[in-house]
This record gives sequence, structure tokens and C-alpha cells, in this order.
Amino acid sequence: MIQDTVTEELLLRKPRFVFIIFALACIGFIIIDPSQSAVGHFLAPVIGDPAESGFHGRFVTSFTLALLFVLNLIAISLLPAFRYQVIVVWIELAVLFLAFFYSFDLSFTFIRSKIGFMITQGIFTTLYVSAISIAIAFVIAIIGAVAKLSSNGFAFAIASFYTSFFRGLPLLMQVYLIYLGFPQLGFVIDAVPAGIIALSLCYGAYMTEIFRAGIMSIDEGQWEGSRALGFKFGLTMRKIILPQSIPLIIPPTGNQFIAMLKDSSLVSVIGVWELMFLARTLGNKTFNHMEMLITAAMLYWMMTMVLELIQSRIERKYRKKQKR
Amino acid sequence: MSDNDQNPAGPIISIHGMDKFFGDFQALADIDLDVGVGERIVICGPSGSGKSTLIRCINRLEAHDSGSIHVDGVELHQHMKDIDVVRSQVGMVFQHFNLFPHLTVLENCTAGPMWVAKVPAREAHETAMKYLTRVNIPEQANKYPTQLSGGQQQRVAIARALCMKPKVMLFDEPTSALDPEMVAEVLDTMIDLAESGMTMICVTHEMGFAKQVADRVIFMDEGRIVETNKPIPFFENPQSERTKKFLAQVLVH
Repeated sequence: MIQDTVTEELLLRKPRFVFIIFALACIGFIIIDPSQSAVGHFLAPVIGDPAESGFHGRFVTSFTLALLFVLNLIAISLLPAFRYQVIVVWIELAVLFLAFFYSFDLSFTFIRSKIGFMITQGIFTTLYVSAISIAIAFVIAIIGAVAKLSSNGFAFAIASFYTSFFRGLPLLMQVYLIYLGFPQLGFVIDAVPAGIIALSLCYGAYMTEIFRAGIMSIDEGQWEGSRALGFKFGLTMRKIILPQSIPLIIPPTGNQFIAMLKDSSLVSVIGVWELMFLARTLGNKTFNHMEMLITAAMLYWMMTMVLELIQSRIERKYRKKQKR
Repeated sequence: MSDNDQNPAGPIISIHGMDKFFGDFQALADIDLDVGVGERIVICGPSGSGKSTLIRCINRLEAHDSGSIHVDGVELHQHMKDIDVVRSQVGMVFQHFNLFPHLTVLENCTAGPMWVAKVPAREAHETAMKYLTRVNIPEQANKYPTQLSGGQQQRVAIARALCMKPKVMLFDEPTSALDPEMVAEVLDTMIDLAESGMTMICVTHEMGFAKQVADRVIFMDEGRIVETNKPIPFFENPQSERTKKFLAQVLVH
């Protein structure tokens, strides 16, 4: 989106709008009834014992919270730069999030005792399974895209059948089919290779379409220029077309990698010791399910945040290159 | 190829009774054309008359539907094994240059010789610099095509084609996509090439160029060759009504 140079007056500068927001927030809080929460206890001097304060307590706490909420909105809107607004809102949301988890009364000693293993075993497995799978998917996608663009009916049929099948089945089902199906054919297959095969085949199918679009976006003149010099198909593809389409393909491939990192949690069902598997099993013995799930969730989130940062760097780099 | 070696006077390109269809539309009808070694031919005509299609058939970027095309004694057809050999002997310059944007100017020029003709890198490099010097841009050798002006890019495209040491050069409206002030530098390069004895077939609207270098001017309309003549009689005394009308429109400005 391109920001217009002329902006309307901020809604938060209009008293009527501010009042409406306040009223809605007030109603919302009254419905939730925050009088028994930490806020209620904090307001005890005004409302007395929160448990016995009745509607009075409910109203006062709601009113206070709504007031704080609206003042906060206005305060943020007064911040001078877009950047500061983003940072402040992020921090506030993160604090709320943490408060929410904190209210579960989690056992942090338990988390501390397990987190090392979750990182060395869980994150490590998740990362290497995803990395190997994306590399294989990349190769499958190049072959698939060339086959889908070829005039050879045989190649096109195989490639389109493959993409149709693997894009049409849930990934979870593919994991089961490969892990349980191969032994039926006489190949006993370990969980890790089975997971890698399932992930690469599934993502190879999606990436085939990305690669096809990337190859098709190269100007026809490049094919004609190559042909006129006497380049055969393979040479044209290798030296002229792919080098120009790879920069277009890399950014969406990065996105696929991030998506795969999360989808790799599905191979936990066949017993690969990656992050999700550990999250489910480590807490089982002592009923600390929530601790492990939340820890794993945070670890996934942190991994994807780092990868998204890298991804945006890559995107910027290739955008610059194209402008050259 | 060997035919031509024994008989250098024979035509290097010979087209007989050639038709070309795009679906139901007849793009070329009953084309007959022989081009001798060293001959310089200019093809002109209104847009949609089939002139580009005609020269694109000569290196089989387009397939013809009937009749025959021989390039240097080799007949072009759908199942030929050595189309790459024919193409590497027929240089082509496009309206939109079709340079490879991810390669430097020098790499654009060495790509063909090194990858197709398997010329050693050093020799390809020397040849490329020779032709880049000839089109007057040796100093741009290490830049990328998009860093050059349109006229410079088109001169690189000419050098790239020349590096394959072609026997024939095809020009498909080489100046049509250029800003007006860059047309002259490209035409000068082409005139220089013509004077060196290269066999050339040029589709162009540059009538001054036609007058100066052409051995024959061909006028096409609606997929047919309407008139063929030497430049002076072609411009001063056109035979057909359609040619007269076309020249009146082109030469007024």
C-alpha cells in the first residue's frame, strides 16, 4: 500500500469516536466482569472486598479499565513516529501475553529443567528435518516445473498428477501413508527418513507451482535470443532462464521454509523426536502439559521470527539486484 | 555446408513456395527468395505484412507450413538434428535486443562461442573484445546490459551475434525500439558491417539506410512479396500501387 500524502483527521481526535470506544470497552469489561481479578484486588480500597462488591465493584473496575484502555490508545496516537507506535504496541501486547501465561501458574522450575533438552534435541531435529526437506523439495520443484512446462505429454501428465495428488491430501495423511505404507511394500523405513520424504514430496508439489511461475515470468525474448545463438534447451535453461528466475523464486521459497518449519510438527505423530513431539511427551509423566506446550510454542515463534528477519533481508537483497 | 564450399556462387539462403499460417490466418503466402553470399537485402512494408515472420522463419524461430527453406544448403524442417548448427551460423538482432541481463556485456558476447562452439575462454574473450571495439563500446565490456543506453545495448547485440562468426545476419527492426537520437549509432554500425561484405537481411523502416546499402529492396504486404527492385528504381519508380502508397506515407515525413 502506498500512503496518501493527504491524511484524514485521526479518529482518536474526535471526541465522539473516543466516547464510543470508551463506552464499548466499558460494556465489554462489564460482560467479562474483571472485579475478581488482580485489578479488583487493586481497587479494594474503593469497592471493598471484591467477592462481595456486587455490581458496584463490577462497574467500578470496568470503568477504570476502559478509561486506562482509552487513555493508552490516545497516548500511543500521540507518539511522534510510526516506529515508536509499533514498538510500544508490541511491548504492550507481549506483556499482556506474558500476564496471560503467568495466570496459568506454570512451574518455571520444570520448564528450566527441560528447556535445554528441547533446544538441543527438539529444535535441532526440527531444523535439520526442515532443511533437508526444503533442499530436496527445491530439486523436485525444478524438475516438476520443467516437466509441467514441457510439450511432452508424458512428462506433463506425471508432473500434474504428482502436484495434484500431493497438494490434494492433508500433509498429516501423507506422513502416515509413507510411514505405514512403505513397510507394506517390504521397505521398512525409519521415522526420520519417512518424515523427510513426506515433507519434501508435499512441499515439492507446492514449490513446483512457484518455480513454474518463476520460469514463465522470464521474457520470451530470452528464449529467442538463446535459440538464435544456437543454444539447446538444457543450456538455455541452465545458463539463461534459471539464473534469472532463481532470484524471483528465492523469496517465496523462504516463506515455504518458514511454513515447513511449523508443518514439520506433523512428523511428531510417527515418533520423530522434534520439538512438537518433545512438547507432548516431556510433560506427560508429571502432568506439566501446559508448561511444555507453551515453551514449545515460544520456541517455534522465536525460530520463525529469526527466519522472517533473514527472509526480509534476502528479499531486500534480491529486489536491489533486480533493479540493477 | 559442404555444398556451399564447392559452389560459393550459389545462394546462401533459398526459399521456395513458402507458406506460413497462424491458425487460420495466412501470415506468409508463396514466398520465393534467393539471397546470394554478400548480398544486402532490405525488407519493408506496413506492419502486419509478414516481414518479421519471414526472417524469423530463416533461423526457424518460426516454423513454416509448406514450401522449402534452405540455409547454406541445409533444409529446415521439423525433425532436423542440427538446427543449432544452422542457428549458430545465422546471426540475429532483435527489436528488443534480447541481451541476457544477468551477464555482463563481455559475457553476453562470449556465451555463444564458449558454450556452443566450445571455443577456449581466452580466444572467445579476444574475439568479443574485437567486435565490441568494432561497434565502438569496448569500454563498456564489464557493465551489465541494463546500465547501457538503448543504442549501446543494440550495438552489443550486434557484437554478440558477430562473435559467432555468422555467415548471414538477420536484423528484425533493430532501430524501432530506440529513442530517435540513438538510431544513427546503430545504423552506422550496420552500414559499417554491410561495407565489410557481410550477407545481411534487414527488416527496417529506415529508408535512408535502404538507399545507402541495399542491393535489393523488397516490399511486402499481406504476407506476399509485392515488389523487388534495386534501391534507386524502387524509390524513384515504384511499380505497384501499394508500393507507391506505402512510400508516399513513409517518405513524406
